[in-house]
Amino acid sequence: MYQTLAWQLSLILMGVLLAAFLFVALRARDRVEDAAPLISRAYRIRGILFWAILVVLTPVMLYTLIDLPYASAGIDRREAQVIEVVGKQWAWDLSTDQASVGTPVEFRVTSAAVNHGLGIYDEDMRLVAQVMAMPEYTNTLRHTFSEPGTYKLLCLEYCGMIHHDMIAELKVGAASEEETARD
Amino acid sequence: MTDTYVTTNMTAHDRTPIPVLACLATAGAVVLLMMVFGLLLRLAQGGMLDLAPDTFYELLTLHGAGMVGIAALGSVAVMWYFLGQYVRLSGAVFVANLVLFLVGVVMILASVLFGGFAGAWTFLYPLPAQPMGVWSAHAAALFVGGLLVIGTGFLLLYLDVARAILGRYGSLGRALGWPQLFGHDDGRAPPVAVVASTMVLIINTIGITTGAAILVMTLVNLYVPAFGIDPLLAKNMTYFFGHVFINATIYMAVIAVYEILPRYTGRPWKSSKVVLAAWNASVIMVMTNYPHHLLMDFAMPEWALVAGQVISYASGLPVLVVTVIGALTNVHRSGMRWDLASGLLLLSVFGWGAGVIPAIIDATVVINQVMHNTLWVPGHFHTYLLLGMLPMVLGFMYFLARGGRPTDAAGAERGIDRIGFWVFAVAGLGFVLAFLAGGRAGAPRRYAEHLAQWLPYDRAGALFAALVLAATLVFVARFLLRLGSARGRVA
Repeated sequence: MYQTLAWQLSLILMGVLLAAFLFVALRARDRVEDAAPLISRAYRIRGILFWAILVVLTPVMLYTLIDLPYASAGIDRREAQVIEVVGKQWAWDLSTDQASVGTPVEFRVTSAAVNHGLGIYDEDMRLVAQVMAMPEYTNTLRHTFSEPGTYKLLCLEYCGMIHHDMIAELKVGAASEEETARD
Repeated sequence: MTDTYVTTNMTAHDRTPIPVLACLATAGAVVLLMMVFGLLLRLAQGGMLDLAPDTFYELLTLHGAGMVGIAALGSVAVMWYFLGQYVRLSGAVFVANLVLFLVGVVMILASVLFGGFAGAWTFLYPLPAQPMGVWSAHAAALFVGGLLVIGTGFLLLYLDVARAILGRYGSLGRALGWPQLFGHDDGRAPPVAVVASTMVLIINTIGITTGAAILVMTLVNLYVPAFGIDPLLAKNMTYFFGHVFINATIYMAVIAVYEILPRYTGRPWKSSKVVLAAWNASVIMVMTNYPHHLLMDFAMPEWALVAGQVISYASGLPVLVVTVIGALTNVHRSGMRWDLASGLLLLSVFGWGAGVIPAIIDATVVINQVMHNTLWVPGHFHTYLLLGMLPMVLGFMYFLARGGRPTDAAGAERGIDRIGFWVFAVAGLGFVLAFLAGGRAGAPRRYAEHLAQWLPYDRAGALFAALVLAATLVFVARFLLRLGSARGRVA
């Protein structure tokens, strides 16, 4: 779950940074007459940190680029159920409000007037995917639901007075026998 | 700085220029008002205050525009003050910027309070022209025009900065330290204040011009609807402008850290090759990583979005590796005397560095898909603005209020300053963590009403916001009461 990963990683790294600042702050009143060795050591640490971040971050970053949600990425290429979505002030127009677990759904999302954002929330109100809705453009989001239930579609781009109440529902049924057999 | 090339040409301020103090006093007063608005927004989201949606979104629009505006005004005062010690800047242009800023503020206030404009400070096309009858085209035009007037003032100021820097250093490359960066480091590189100012004038001149273009196009569209704008182009231009403009505030304000901390520690903070490399790299990276605002716009060219993630990762390095380590090295076992200025400045470097972490994480496409436009976003930008940029400006204000020198034994801080500092630091951290936790839970940003499961984050945020407001009130009041000292001769 990316949300938990982002939260924990942020807390850990911000905590490490805070510890470094507290460590230095607590020793700031002490004075070394000859600061040259201290500064030289700090520059060595800076060099090590630079390369450490580079060595760790580069493969992590490349790994995250493998599974992009964009059209040309290696997303689920199976035949998908298409749902046309049009954002209006302040409601979602869906070509259907039914989908099935295990069957890829291709949301073709656009807007009638202003910008919106299609946020798909599961029954626990956990955000599972999103894409922007923009007039004159169709953004295509492919998503395969893994849990049945009534999902909520919220607007995630500020669109005016009733933005917070622009909510639709999508009923995701259990997988069909054919789909279950394929899995 | 110990650089002879610079010091022999310094024109140090005998007294703090009144326009600088006027800027800081204005920024201090407005930040308090905007914090009150922010507190009201969090109280409303937490269900502790009954705000009608139209009032909520009007306050949201004012809070955003006001905070971005005073961030720019406060940080430009920092830049102008210190840059003015190395090059000859025009006081008239600085005053003109302040006057245009105030004119723009009046226009924005009128558009929101009398015209009911609530299109958010990002004025994302075509919302200003399509409000479903909530506000008029005139109200939207007044808001857009106000931003245009403010932007014009800043553009004039940057042109004057460019004139002064070119007059002193001959070229932008020399002002960015290219001879020392790419050749032999003869120790005569310009001070960081000059390098940073040059970096900011480059990116912000381009950013503001782009912003002005989309603002003018929006204005035309308001009265000639047949004049349509490509929505994706408009979004790119708007976010490029907004991204560059708000980032520039930090890059201007951090000059206070580079200039003031060494006076406390007695250790010069030189424009070494590494420092120059970091600032030069930031020129490019700040302008090219803005697509991380558009990662969920799948119609964008994919290469631009991938570049947005990659460059966002890279852009964290100069902050975390160079500025953070540089500040810690400057302070560590330096015998530094703590006062509110030095404390706020060190806190600000932590806030900047800490904010970069959740920001970079959010710039990861697969994470952005479940975090974008949730409370995670205000979580990370409040971290580097509230705990980064703001204490840089507040530290500068206290530094001036102390007569422009570190506190001596006789002038030790009062208890209320110490309490204010710790309340600000701890509550500020709590405030941003409440946002981040809300984002983790999926709570959308810019919502007048939240669902029951998101209320605890809103309520915690409101509590911490009230404490931050109280601490900031102490800081600003103390500065205003010491304006006489701030005006006095600077050592």
